Parts: sequence; C-alpha cells; structure tokens
Amino acid sequence: MGARTLTETGTETGTETGTEIGDIAAGRLDATRLAENFADAHPPLTPAQAVVEANRCYFCHDAPCVEACPTGIDVPSFIRKIATGNPRGSARTILEANILGGSCARVCPTEELCERACVHTAQEHKPIQIGALQRHATDWLMAQGTAPFARAAATGRKIVVVGAGPAGLACAHGLARHGHDVTIFEMRPKPGGLNEYGIAAYKVADDYAQREIAFILTIGGITIEYDKALGRDFTLDTLRRDFDAVFLGLGLAGVNALGLDGEEFTSVRDAIDFIAELRQMPKDSVAVGRRVVVIGGGNTAIDAATQARRLGAEEVTIVYRRGPEHMTATGKEQQWAQTNNVRIRYWAAPTCLFGEETTLTDVEFARTKLDPSGQLTLTDETFVLTADMLLKAIGQTFVSTPIQRADDVPAVRNGRIVVDAERRTTLPGVYAGGDCVPGADLTVTAVQDGKLAAAAIHRQLIG
Amino acid sequence: MANLTANFAGIRSPNPFWLASAPPTDKAFNVARAFKAGWGGVVWKTLGEDPPIVNVSSRYGGVSYNGTRVAGFSNIELITDRPLQVNLDEIKQIKRDWPDRAVVVSLMVPCTEDSWQRILARVEDTACDGVELNFGCPHGMSERDMGSAVGQVPEYVEMVTRWCKQHTRMPVIVKLTPNVTDILAPAAAAKRGGADGVSLINTLQAITGVNLDLMAPEPVVDGLGSHGGYCGPAVKPIALRMVADIARAMPNLQVSGIGGISVWRDAAEFIALGAANVQVCTAAMHRGFKIVEDMIDGLANWMDDKSWPSIEAMRARAIRNYVHWSDLNLNYKTVARIDQDLCIKCGLCHIGCEDTSHQAIAALRVDGQRRYEVIDAECVGCNLCFLACPVDGCITMVRQNTEAAVLTWDHHPNNPLRKEAAA
Ligand SMILES: Cc1cc2nc3c(=O)[nH]c(=O)nc-3n(C[C@H](O)[C@H](O)[C@H](O)COP(=O)(O)OP(=O)(O)OC[C@H]3O[C@@H](n4cnc5c(N)ncnc54)[C@H](O)[C@@H]3O)c2cc1C
Ligand SMILES: Cc1cc2nc3c(=O)[nH]c(=O)nc-3n(C[C@H](O)[C@H](O)[C@H](O)COP(=O)(O)O)c2cc1C
Ligand code: SF4
Repeated sequence: MGARTLTETGTETGTETGTEIGDIAAGRLDATRLAENFADAHPPLTPAQAVVEANRCYFCHDAPCVEACPTGIDVPSFIRKIATGNPRGSARTILEANILGGSCARVCPTEELCERACVHTAQEHKPIQIGALQRHATDWLMAQGTAPFARAAATGRKIVVVGAGPAGLACAHGLARHGHDVTIFEMRPKPGGLNEYGIAAYKVADDYAQREIAFILTIGGITIEYDKALGRDFTLDTLRRDFDAVFLGLGLAGVNALGLDGEEFTSVRDAIDFIAELRQMPKDSVAVGRRVVVIGGGNTAIDAATQARRLGAEEVTIVYRRGPEHMTATGKEQQWAQTNNVRIRYWAAPTCLFGEETTLTDVEFARTKLDPSGQLTLTDETFVLTADMLLKAIGQTFVSTPIQRADDVPAVRNGRIVVDAERRTTLPGVYAGGDCVPGADLTVTAVQDGKLAAAAIHRQLIG
Repeated sequence: MANLTANFAGIRSPNPFWLASAPPTDKAFNVARAFKAGWGGVVWKTLGEDPPIVNVSSRYGGVSYNGTRVAGFSNIELITDRPLQVNLDEIKQIKRDWPDRAVVVSLMVPCTEDSWQRILARVEDTACDGVELNFGCPHGMSERDMGSAVGQVPEYVEMVTRWCKQHTRMPVIVKLTPNVTDILAPAAAAKRGGADGVSLINTLQAITGVNLDLMAPEPVVDGLGSHGGYCGPAVKPIALRMVADIARAMPNLQVSGIGGISVWRDAAEFIALGAANVQVCTAAMHRGFKIVEDMIDGLANWMDDKSWPSIEAMRARAIRNYVHWSDLNLNYKTVARIDQDLCIKCGLCHIGCEDTSHQAIAALRVDGQRRYEVIDAECVGCNLCFLACPVDGCITMVRQNTEAAVLTWDHHPNNPLRKEAAA
C-alpha cells in the first residue's frame, strides 16, 4: 500500500540566494493541492485486501504481537474474525482492549510495537499489516453507527475526569460501561487532546478524532464540560469533595525553550502551536515560511516539518543535536519526512538567531559531538541557515501548577505525576494517566493508563 | 531429456496431460485452443442421444479456503447440450487437424445394447482414438439410470463394457465413479467386460456450501439447489488412493488418473501410483490452458533430475511401498526436532500438541524470550507440529532407533492373533 506523496506547484527558485526575507505567507498552494496534501496519507484497505492480509496471519499461540501492544489487543483473534467474515466481533475484540482502537490503528508507531513483534517480521520481514486491519474492523463498526458495548445498570457513583485526551476518554468510557456517571472537565473548547490538536492531519483525516469521540460517547453516562480548567475554575480539593474518585489526564501543557536571544521574533514559534493552528484552521489560512527550520528530534519535529512542506514551504530542514539513532522519532518517521523532501541535519545545535527588527533572517548552528565522557558538547565549527520561520520542537513538559493549587497534592517526581501499577497517585481516590505520568508518550499508552485506572476505580468503588 | 510420450490403453499421446471430459472439451473451439497450448489429448465432453439434454443456469459451486479460490469445485451440469451430429463433425475435423494428439470420445446412453451399438457406429466414423464410457456422472444423469447409476453396479459395468467391446474395434475405457464403498469391484467388472483401461475418478456427490441468506445449497437455482459433483484440488487425496488400490490389486489394468491434478507434481504422484496418463479439468477451468506448459516442463525437468528416462520407467514405482497398515514397522520411531535459529515463535507447534495431542512441546521463556522445546519422552512422532509449523525446515522428524529390528502388528506381542501366538 503506497503512501501518498507530497505534491507541489511551481518550479524551484534559486533558493540558496533567496532575495526576500521574512517570506511568510498563507495559501502557498492552491486549494486542490492542499486538500491532497492533507488527505489520508495511508488510505484504508479494500475489503478484498483486508481478507487476503487477514489470511496471512498464523493465529499464533501466545502471540508476540499481543504482548507488544501496550493495550494488549488480542490481535490474532481480531484478525481471524476479519478472515471469517465477522467484522462486528473483530471490532469488539479490538475495542474491548482499546476503546480508541480506531485512532491507534492510524497513529500507533506499529513498526515499533505489534508489527515489529509479528512473527512474519522474523520470517520474511513482511509483518501482517496489523494497524491497517485494525482500522478496517473499527471503521466497519463505526459505519454501523451502533455502540459496541452496553452500559451496565447505573451505580449512582460520580467520577470526575480532568482532560478529554485519549487517557481521559478511555478512563471515562471504562467507568461509564460499569454504570458510573462521569463528568469530564476539559479546558479547551473541543475534546480529543492531542488527537484533535496535535497528531498530524493526514493521519486522522476527515475529522476522525471528533467522529470517534462521538462514537465512544454513544455509551451514555459521560458529560463533557468545556472551558473548565483545573487550577483555575476548581481545585483538586473541590473535586475530591464533590466526586467519588478523580482521574487526571492532563497531558503536557508546557514546552521547552531554546534560551537564545531572538526567540521573540514573530516567526519563531512552538511547533505544537503551529500544528494546533494547522489542525483547527482552514489550511489556506495557515501562514508558513518559504524557508523553515525545525529544531528537535521527535515526532513533533517530524510532523511540524512535514506539514510545513505540505503547506507549501520550499525548503524545510530539521536540525537535531544528535545522530539518527538517538532520535525519538522512529526510523520510519524519519524516512517519511525525507520522502516529503524534508532535509534532516544531525549533530548540530542552534547558537544564535539573526533578524531585522522583529523578523527572523538566519540561524547559526554549532556542530556538536560527544566528548570522551559521553557528554554532548558544542564545537567551534559553525554554519548558518537562512530561515523565515523557526519551529521549536524540543520537548514538552508537565506543568504541575494546576494540581498544586490545593491543600493535598499528589507526588510529582522527575516532572511527572507518580502512579503505581493501577495508576493510583499518592493521593487516595486520585488516579492519573497518559503523558502526565511516566512512560512512553503515545496515544496507545495513554489509553492503557485510562483503561487500567477505570478498572482500579471501579474496584475501589464497588469492591 | 526425459521422454514424456504416454501410452494409455494403446492410445499414444506426446505427453501424459489430457483434458478430462468436461466443458474444456465440449467444442472444437476449446479443443483446438487446448492443443495449441500443448495438451497431449482430450476426452471429448460426454455425448448422448438426441434430443440433447438441457442445462440449468447457475451450474458451479466453489470452495474457497483461506482466500484460496476453487480449492474444491462442483457442478450440476449434465452431458453435452449440443446435438450429436454437431459434436461428431467437430471431433472428426479436430482429429484430422491434430493427428498426433489423443482424441477420445466420452459416451453415455441408456442402458440397452441397442443404444450403445448405434452410437458406437457413429463415433467410429470420426476416426477418434477411443471411447470412454461415462459411468461416473453422479447427478442428473444417474436419476435417469445412466452415469453413476450404472457405475455403482458392477454387473452393469461389466455388461455394458462387454457390449461396447463387441460393437467397436476402438479401445474402450471405463470411467469409474468414486461414489462406491469398494472401488475394486467396478474396476474388476470393467476388466472382466474386456475394458482396455479405466479412468478415475469422476466427481463425488457433494454440497459445496449453503447460501445462508437464501437457506439453499449452492449452487442455487431460483431458490433451490441439488447435490453436485465435487472435484478440484480437494479431491486429489481420494483419487490417489483409489488409483493406487487398483494399481496394486490389478497391475495389468491400465489406469488414467483423474482428480485435482493442478501441477506437474500432482501428475508425477498419480503416475508413481500407477497411472499411465492423467486427465485434468478443474485446474484448466480455473486458470486456462496455459498451465500445461509448466506441467510438461516441470515434469520433464524433475524426471531429468531423478534420471527417469520415460513415463513408463517411473510408472507405479511407489506401488511396491504402498502396503497395508499391518505391514508397517512398529519399531520405527521419530521425534520432532525444532531448529531454534529458524523458529519464529508462533507457538503453533506447542498449542496443537498441548491442546489436542501429547503435551510434548514445552513453552518456555528464556531471558524473557519465547522458546519451544520438544520433550522427547512424550513425543510419539505423529508429525502434527511438523505439519503445522509455517517455516520450511524448522521442524524435522528425526529417526531415533536405527538399530531396532522390524516389528509388524502381525508379530506384535499386543496382538492376540499374532503369527507367533497362532503357531
Ligand atoms: C505533534 C505530536 C504528534 C504526535 N503524534 C503521535 C503519533 O503519531 N502517535 C502516537 O501514538 N502519539 C503521538 N503523539 C503523542 C500523543 O498525542 C499523546 O501521547 C497522547 O495524546 C497523550 O494523551 P493524554 O490524554 O495523556 O494527553 P493529551 O492528548 O495531551 O490530552 C490532555 C487533555 O487535557 C486537557 N487539559 C490539560 N490541562 C488541563 C487542565 N488544567 N484542566 C482541564 N483540562 C486540561 C488538555 O486540553 C487536553 O485536552 C504526538 C504528540 C504530539 C505533540
Ligand atoms: C463442469 C464439469 C462438467 C463435467 N462433465 C463431465 C462429463 O460430461 N463427463 C465426464 O465423464 N466427466 C465430467 N466431469 C468430471 C471431470 O471429467 C473429472 O473427472 C473431474 O472433474 C475430476 O477432475 P478434476 O479434479 O481435474 O476436475 C465434469 C466436471 C466438471 C467440473
Ligand atoms: S510429533 Fe506429535 S507428539 Fe511429537 S511433538 Fe510433534 S505434535 Fe507432539
């Protein structure tokens, strides 16, 4: 299955000696190109392809893919059900373990998870397309418009979830299934967290995040209140008083800064903000530079760079201070950026931002290396990239102020909320999961946290 | 290069690959295309008396297995639905155009000597190479006391064969139905009647599937279905056994092997079990006549590799090793061996043995890694894991006791009727 590639208009100009500076504009590509560039990057399998692919599965015993899935989806079972013509059963098998199975099918780095563990990878380097099959089954069920699971009889228990991201939604759904009443407080005007504001547009095309949430909410018993922020509109103390249990799915609200002069130039932005704007606004209204430099080595850097190209930026360069093997973006993601004509430069870090008045013009970099003790150090060797726009993607951080405005506060260590195996914080009745707790920052791990917390809360309340 | 010339019942063909009597051989148009593609012979689609029969629409059913289409195939067609003279004229022309190929004509008429005598005279006029008596068709014709209704009664088989031998000088082949409990009975009857050879198998009575929306057996004709004749790859093992039984019991009876033959290796297996040539239907209907190119080429290359100079040289070579169960060596012991370097950790060897057999493969974790190990003392050498393992060469069955003397059931101490006990 081929991924769609970038389409451009116009011919390359002599960009090395660009004449204008601060060339930032919206609508660099016409509407058709933009629509193509932000459509589904990996179109769904046809029903025939799905059956052929499903029939490749060996139905392994103690299947390695199940173990590799953070939510432990029974992969061989759901695939067999596709092969036998039981799509409803297949989707339910998936959603039983992972209520956001549709999103995960689209956004999971499967090459690092289930598909890497697939025995076909060992046999012929051609794993079963687990993600694509998972999408096939969940899409089928969503198209039926019926909820996969029924809600148990109401228990009268009230639980509050803070944050309507993947962690919060998974927790809320698990609790609602047990018959509890869930209120979600979400500070933004829309639900979904980074599924709605962060994930690359072409991974969740056609408003998928919102459609999936509507599907999840059909279970009933979940109320979402928007523009309600913990620490501003209420505190952890009041939540603990008013509800039987609390789940925190706060994500990462902060970003790291470069700490360089010139960071205040107008076109020096956090990649996260640029992506959020791109997810929320019509694509032809999102401004992008002609020459864009992205700093960072994770998925955020890849997504910002690739989407800048797809908006029409002519030259996009990711600069990362270490080597390809150190990037948190997977090999496949790096390749994806490169097939989108994004250049990746390794072993360099920005040292100076140049500009005229409020406008960025150039970025100076020093080459880096590891000193004998293994510490990353700057060398004297420097180079300069001309840039209209710089996107910072050097990491997000957990902001603990919202939980700290309370008498009793859960423990935070190494910048994340401390939780045990059941996702209990150190504060009785308060649970947490997703990016705000330690572990891989992925949609699928956030879902698992929410699922485990829901199970633990239910046990706490019902025994 | 191996000599692929075949000689079945005195009929020679440049290679052993014939098309069986069926739609592929129903018209000159198809047969000419088949000969152009390289087929060594055809058995013309069964002729009957005028007026021709009438076929239904919706005629075939198929079995798809794990995405593999036409693993089994069935039909509810009858014999040719074209007037007799049209067929005879075309047969005559084809034989004239393709003198080196075998052209045999399949026949089915009511069970009276008169009927057989009349049609044989007209067929002889085509200068074809022989006739095949269709005693096999298990549906539609059998209800009219033809086809398998004859083939299931050895006395009728013998009687009709004898009539035909009396009324023609052409070689007479008797096509046998597998819808019997003992295939040797009709084969022996054909032999007694003077047949020059037998061909088998015709199709097996079957229902390929049920349309669960219409609640009717497939293929569905206007909401109803009847049983059909089953063939294709799924029936090959059944056909092999029947061919082998005849070859073992009646080494002098010429046999044409039919049933699920799709590739050269299938043909080699039939020949090894005694067939003098083979006939193909489903595989050609599924993929067209071009498949014969690899059948010829593959068989010749394999025969060259194995130094078999001719079909006749390798024919029936496996028959001497086809014995009764009581002749098998009970002292022969194998156990499964897993090549850990090739193992991909699918666990299928373990779960099959654990759930359904002998609990002889341990599922271990060594440093967190899966490891499947055979417990020799529990392994009975059944082959299940070896068959289930998806990796070629990963599991092998290794002989254990090369020293032990041969011990058969006839001599086994557990056998109350053993030879020594009787003595
Ligand atoms: C650019 C980018 C691309 C990514 N791509 C992928 C990918 O391809 N695949 C993948 O698996 N993962 C990806 N991730 C990671 C993934 O999106 C996150 O791991 C996941 O969304 C975490 O879910 P969460 O529920 O913990 O947090 P979030 O999704 O961040 O949701 C937190 C929610 O809480 C709300 N909130 C925060 N504070 C408060 C408060 N005080 N009061 C009320 N509400 C509050 C927020 O508004 C938000 O809605 C990506 C992340 C980024 C930034
Ligand atoms: C559609 C169809 C029609 C057939 N018609 C006849 C027939 O008229 N006479 C006959 O002797 N056998 C007939 N057969 C049986 C085939 O000749 C052959 O014996 C059988 O299909 C097994 O071979 P295969 O597995 O290669 O198909 C027919 C088979 C099929 C599929
Ligand atoms: S050969 Fe049979 S008994 Fe032995 S390990 Fe394999 S499946 Fe088990």
